[in-house]
This record gives sequence, C-alpha cells and structure tokens, in this order.
Amino acid sequence: MELLAQQLITGIATGGIYACMALAVVMIYQAIHHLNFAQGEMAMFSTFIAWQMLAWGVPYWLVIPLTVVISFAGGVAIERLVIRPLGDAPVLSHIVVFIGLFAIINSLAGFIWDFTIKPFPSPFGEGSQFGGLISNHQVGMIAVTMTVLVILFLFFQYTRVGLAMRAAAENPASARLVGIRVGWMIALGWGMAAAIGAIAGILIAPIVFLEPNMMLSILLYGFAGAVLGGLTSPTGAVFGGFMVGIIENLAGTYIPVIGGELKLPIALFLIVTVLVFKPTGLFGRTVVQRV
Amino acid sequence: MSVNTTTTGESQAAEQQGISLPAPAAATGNAKIMRTAGIILLAIGVAAPFLSGNFLIFQLTMMMIYAIAILGLNILTGINGQFSLGHGAFYAVGAYTAAIMMDQFGVGYLWTLPMAGIICFVVGFLFGLPALRLEGVYLALATFALAVVTPQLFKLTPFEHWTSGVMGIVISKPEAPFGLPLNPDQWLYFLTFAVGLVAYVCARNLVGSRTGRALMAIRDNPIAARSMGVNTALFKSLAFGVSALYTGVAGALGAIVVQYISPDSFHFALSVALVVGLVVGGVGWLPGALFGGAFIMFVPNIAEELSKGLSGAVYGVIMILMMYAIPTGLGGLLKAALGALSKRSMTR
Repeated sequence: MELLAQQLITGIATGGIYACMALAVVMIYQAIHHLNFAQGEMAMFSTFIAWQMLAWGVPYWLVIPLTVVISFAGGVAIERLVIRPLGDAPVLSHIVVFIGLFAIINSLAGFIWDFTIKPFPSPFGEGSQFGGLISNHQVGMIAVTMTVLVILFLFFQYTRVGLAMRAAAENPASARLVGIRVGWMIALGWGMAAAIGAIAGILIAPIVFLEPNMMLSILLYGFAGAVLGGLTSPTGAVFGGFMVGIIENLAGTYIPVIGGELKLPIALFLIVTVLVFKPTGLFGRTVVQRV
Repeated sequence: MSVNTTTTGESQAAEQQGISLPAPAAATGNAKIMRTAGIILLAIGVAAPFLSGNFLIFQLTMMMIYAIAILGLNILTGINGQFSLGHGAFYAVGAYTAAIMMDQFGVGYLWTLPMAGIICFVVGFLFGLPALRLEGVYLALATFALAVVTPQLFKLTPFEHWTSGVMGIVISKPEAPFGLPLNPDQWLYFLTFAVGLVAYVCARNLVGSRTGRALMAIRDNPIAARSMGVNTALFKSLAFGVSALYTGVAGALGAIVVQYISPDSFHFALSVALVVGLVVGGVGWLPGALFGGAFIMFVPNIAEELSKGLSGAVYGVIMILMMYAIPTGLGGLLKAALGALSKRSMTR
C-alpha cells in the first residue's frame, strides 16, 4: 500500500512535467490545428536562454519573466517569418516544416551550447515535503502548472483577446468578417505556446538536466497526455498529462518484464487503447461534419 | 494534421488537372513526356552501377530501398488518405524477418523478401483494424507510438534468442548468382532495382484498378464512398496491409544491403524521414517516391558537407525552403507544369 501511495505521488510529480508540456501543445493546437513537432525544441531553446542568463549572474526572479518575454517574441517571430509564408499549403507540408524547424533549433542549440549535460538549479530550492515523498521542486511545479491553467482559463473565458483567439481558431472566415485580425491571433497563439513552453522547460530542466535532446521524450509524453485528454480542452490536457505520469509509473512498478526501458511503450500502448474506445480523447469534443 | 484537409486539397488539384486536360491529344502528349522520362530513368538506372564506385552504388541502392518504403507509405497516405508516422516500424519488422530467417534458419536471402512482405502485410492489416477508429492527429499519434514501441520490443529479453537484443545481427553479403560478372554491390543494386520496378508496376496497377478507385474514393469522401457500397473498413485495413508489405520488403532489402541490424537502426527518426521523403516527392504521385528517397538519402550528406557543426540546421533549412518552393512536392510541381504545357498547346 505504501509502495502504491509512493508510486502514485511520484507519478503525479512526473505527470506535472507532462501536464506542462501537454498544455503548451494544446495551446498551439487550438490556435493552428496542427501538432507542432518543434514545440519541445522551442522549450529547450528557451531553457538554454534562461541558463545562459543565470550563468551571467542575473537573479532568478528576473530570469523567468525575461525568458518568458523573449520566448513569446520568438514564438511570434517564428510564426511571422517561417509559418506564415507557407499560407494554406497542404497539412503534410506544414509537418515537414515543423520537422525542419526541429532540426534547425536542435542543431543550433548544440552548436551554441554544445551537447554536454548541464545542471539547472530549481527556482524552488532544495528540500522536500511530506517526509521526503515529494521534493519542493515537484510541489512548485504542480502549483505553477495549475496556476498557468487557471490563468489561461480566465484569459480565454473572460477577456476580449481570448475570445477573439477562440473565434479565429474556430471559424477564421467569420472571425475576419467581424473584424478580428486572424493572422495576428495565430501569431499570438504561437507566442503564448512558446511562453508556456519556456515555463515548462524551466520547470523540467532541474529534473532531467539541460541538454539539446532533453525534450524529445518529454514532448512525446506531452503529446500523449494532450491526445489522451482531448486536444480541444486545456483542462483535459493537464489531466491527461498527470494520467500519463501515473500510468507510466504504475506500469513500470507492477507489470513484470517491463522495467524502465518499456515504460514509454506501455504508456503509449495504454493511450492508444483509450483512443480506440474514445477516439477524440477523454475530454475532447466530437467534431460534427457536414457531408 | 487532419487528413481531410490534405485530401480536399488534393482532390482539388486533381480536378484542376482534369479541367486542364480535356483534349485527348494533350493527355497523350503528357503521357508521352512521362514515358520518355521513364525510359531515360531506366537507362540511367541500368548504366549507373557500371559507372560509379562501390560506395556510390551502395548509396544508390539505399536510395531505391527508401523509395520502395516511401511508395508503400504513399499508397496509405497519398491514395487512401490515412496518415502514418510509424512506417519505420514496418521497415523494422521486415528487416528483422529477413535477418532472423537468414541468421537462425539459414534461409536464402531471396526467400526472405516474400516472407517479410507477408508478415508485414499481416501486421499492417491487424494494426489497421484498431486504426479504423482513429483519424488525423489521433492516428498520427497511434502510428507514432508504433514506431517508438517496435524497436523496444526487439530489445526484450524473451526474444533475445532470435534478435540478439541490443547487439543486433550481422548478415553476410550475398554474391552474384549464376556466375554473373558483377561484384556483390552491383548485384544487390540490380536486385533492388528489379524489386523496385516490380513494386512500382504493381502499385500503379493497384491504383488504376477497381480497388485503387475504392481507396481513392475513401480518401476523398469516406461517407460518400460508403454509401456507394465500398466496404470502407475492409479497404482501409487492406491499404494498411499493402502499405506495410511494401515497407517490409524494403526493410528486408535494407537489412541485406547494410548487412547489420540492431534495434537502434530503427529509431523513429526513420519514420520521420520516410514522411519527409513522401511529402518532398509528392503525396499521391507514385514516381515521387524515387525523388523522396534521393532527398532523404543524399540531402543530409550534402548538409554535412556544407557545415559540420550545423548540419542539422542546414538540413532543416533545405527542408523548409523546399516546402516554400514546392509545397505539394515534386509531383505537384510536375502536375502544374504539365497542366500549363498542355493548356498552351491547346490555345495554339
């Protein structure tokens, strides 16, 4: 029983990482209706920027807002410079561009900061809660994820810009007719996704260490969480992220043969099984199509 | 990433082409151009191994192997409209089938190809059944999961007896049979060349057949296809099976040519590369597979030459520029060019 409780808490803690990433994935999916493969790399790059500023001696409380602002600008810039010229090219072409972005950002980070693993300090300091079950950092991470989720909810529900963004994603033609600048709303979506990614990166880096490939498997788990929860629902994504963390930990502990190597396949397998029974995810809306 | 959007874009392109080619004369003119291009390509293909060094022959062979795999992916994505980010998995299954049969049971390498095809067909068909429920992004994730899971499965201890786990399997290079005056590299080149030709002709006939039309009808409008009496579930699973068969045969050839396989040879980057090759060649245009194979085989090397440290970035930039220049791949470009050509000849 104690093992179960401990594994559950560990699961929730790692789930927090995935929830962060899943939230960023859903944000951008809401804005552009594509899965962005370069999302993880964008978050990684932001984290390197934060690391660089820390290395220059900038205090932590200043580094986080600066990184978020820089990442936001970076996300908007990528949309304006790289994605926008594509226009309405086929979906698969967009995917190839994302793969290209992935390669570019990954390679650039390796070129600037090289591929050695770097420790990244936690903004919440060392120490742990509940008799060593969960570290301060993990508590902080879950709290931040939840806060970001609430802020996003309020933003989309109660602000004009949030409403405009939703309208632009839902029905671009009609949104344009009522005077919403759809192009800029999409850029805003990219910026916000990059900013959330930066927060996710800073929260994740103290756990997995900082290196150019750190986001690869986390992005996968993030995708899995987002899809499990339903790509149309930020709340679902956060829930899905936590679920993936818990499933992964419990499967690794209780199913023999699996061990560490097969944690990821098992998590993915379970998610695909869920999808087969609930094809739009647990919280997703079914899109009704006119013939 | 919804597949519907691709397909509507494509069917529009097809319509445009249909409108621009009303005169049979123009159509036969285009067919003539294509046939001439095909014959020239064939001649180059036959001559190439006698004019180049062994390493280049090896690279060309790998290019054709990727082309066969992309051809399989094209049948699924381009013709049937189902998206797959996991074809590396079928490639791996094919490669392991060939390697295990040769290594454990001493089967001749030629016999491993049909076997790999059959096994991959069954695996693909079975995977296609649950995939029926999924669409767009969700299907992408499911197939992606397949690509991530498969190499891990080959590492599992219970299978280690056959797969040798992470150590991988070494295969010896086959000699040319019947005393043909070819070195092993040249022989494997011609073997791949022949398999590729057969694969291409079969794919073309499949697309032109009743089955092919059913597959395309499902791509363009699943509901309409069903109401016309097409068994969508059966045909979608079949498309998965046939597509996996192609990719599996490519995997088996790849194992024989590279002479070594291990789970890490089939990292999901392979699946991603196949998708890139598909898009660059042109989704739904079968000959595009060859161009796609060439792209994923040679462009990373070129990028490496241009800049050692930033090779990934260079590759990425080339990929993105390619998508700006020809967003519908080489196939889309050719279609547009031929359409313009025939329009001009008509007005004249």
